[in-house]
Amino acid sequence: MSDATNASPALLDVRDVSKAFGAVDVLRSVSLQVKRGEVVTVIGPSGSGKTTLLRCVNFLESYDSGSIRIDGKEVGYRDAGTRQRRSERDLAAMRAETGMVFQSFNLFPHLTAAGNIMLGLTKVRGKSEAEARQAAEHWLGRVGLAHKADSLPAELSGGQQQRVGIARAVAMEPKILLLDEITSALDPELVGEVLAVVRNLAEDGMTMLMVTHEMAFARDASSRIVFMADGGVSAVGPPKEILAAETSNERLRAFLARFRASHF
Amino acid sequence: MASQILYALPFLAKGFAVTLWVSLLVVTLSLVAGVLLGVGLVYGPAPLRWTVRVFSDTIRGIPILVLMFFVYYGLPAIGLHLPSFWAAVLALTLFKTAQVIEYLRGAVASIPKGQSEAAMAIGLTFRQRLTYVIFPQAFRRFLPPWINGVTDAVKGSALVSLLGITDLMQAINQVIGRTYEAMPLYILGALIYFAVNYALSLAARRLERRFAFIRE
Repeated sequence: MSDATNASPALLDVRDVSKAFGAVDVLRSVSLQVKRGEVVTVIGPSGSGKTTLLRCVNFLESYDSGSIRIDGKEVGYRDAGTRQRRSERDLAAMRAETGMVFQSFNLFPHLTAAGNIMLGLTKVRGKSEAEARQAAEHWLGRVGLAHKADSLPAELSGGQQQRVGIARAVAMEPKILLLDEITSALDPELVGEVLAVVRNLAEDGMTMLMVTHEMAFARDASSRIVFMADGGVSAVGPPKEILAAETSNERLRAFLARFRASHF
Repeated sequence: MASQILYALPFLAKGFAVTLWVSLLVVTLSLVAGVLLGVGLVYGPAPLRWTVRVFSDTIRGIPILVLMFFVYYGLPAIGLHLPSFWAAVLALTLFKTAQVIEYLRGAVASIPKGQSEAAMAIGLTFRQRLTYVIFPQAFRRFLPPWINGVTDAVKGSALVSLLGITDLMQAINQVIGRTYEAMPLYILGALIYFAVNYALSLAARRLERRFAFIRE
């Protein structure tokens, strides 16, 4: 096992992670690797643990056993063996290395678009106001919102807010970007503009782990797809293989059939 | 009649100064204590949360007057003799602190969980999250009930007269005792209290507008 790890060092290495909410096992011994530059998509029925898994990666959610390493460093606990939680300061520093984009955007409503991006740059990265402003403008340009730098979130459309959300996450130059159903709260006509930004980042080599219900996007943009069911990884493989209608994995076949029935 | 009231004005002004001083002390002290304890109530470890909860519920369940008499007449039984002025300020502050705790708890609880999470996700520490993300947003929810509380504190300060402190209320009563001009003096007193509170709510409205970053 350790030989395999050394042979292909994964940027994100999730091993045997389990978590229970009371009597419900949300994650059952989940293992998953993401290499640098890879885009890995997690699909699965709701309640299968996709979002919980993502939230464990930046320790917004703790887990009961197993280990999650980013660049070889254990995420939430001081050491893989012990269950000793990292200090608040340590956790903050670890989280700064992962970017996260949320389903409900979660922009800071009291700050402008640029202000949202600058907060982490000044307070966590220690950049000056001027440097942070420059970076904010650069990233807003990248997501097509250079002209909205001084707008408050309430003045932006959902699609624009989510693009600011992406800019806020990537401006921190994280090692990996976590995308949690980032188009689920958007009107259908706004989904495209957000996905275009993600595609653009993928082309630039940004490492990403995302949960999505956009199957067409998953098929086109992912290096690999992970299918989760009942808190466990049920299938992993290249998009073509996983999304093939004739897959031998029954649960996956049922999921895809249900999905097609409801979306087309 | 007019000359008698005019003659009493400097005396009333002194009482008014005491009213303002008591109000200012109570409002400031309760703000500091209430915010600290409120943060303890929301984010603190269980024993602290428990203590603050019991404190707040107890104090809010007692009439201020009872609290004031308890501090002034009751505490000496355990060896704590406070001058009437400070006994009154302490009692009013305790009462106001319990309210501020609840305003703060309510304001912070109204901020969606996603805000904390987004702040965590960019690597802000607990203190930074409070300073830059939670408090600026909670402030606009905290402000309206707190301003109400401030005007209540100004009005409630009249209770200190019952411990024999010569505030505006007590000064008015004393002048009435000399002149028997109850009606004009009580109207004058009401106008003064009203003027202070009206000025406060005007200032508050302006402040609220400044912090209305969400156009609802």
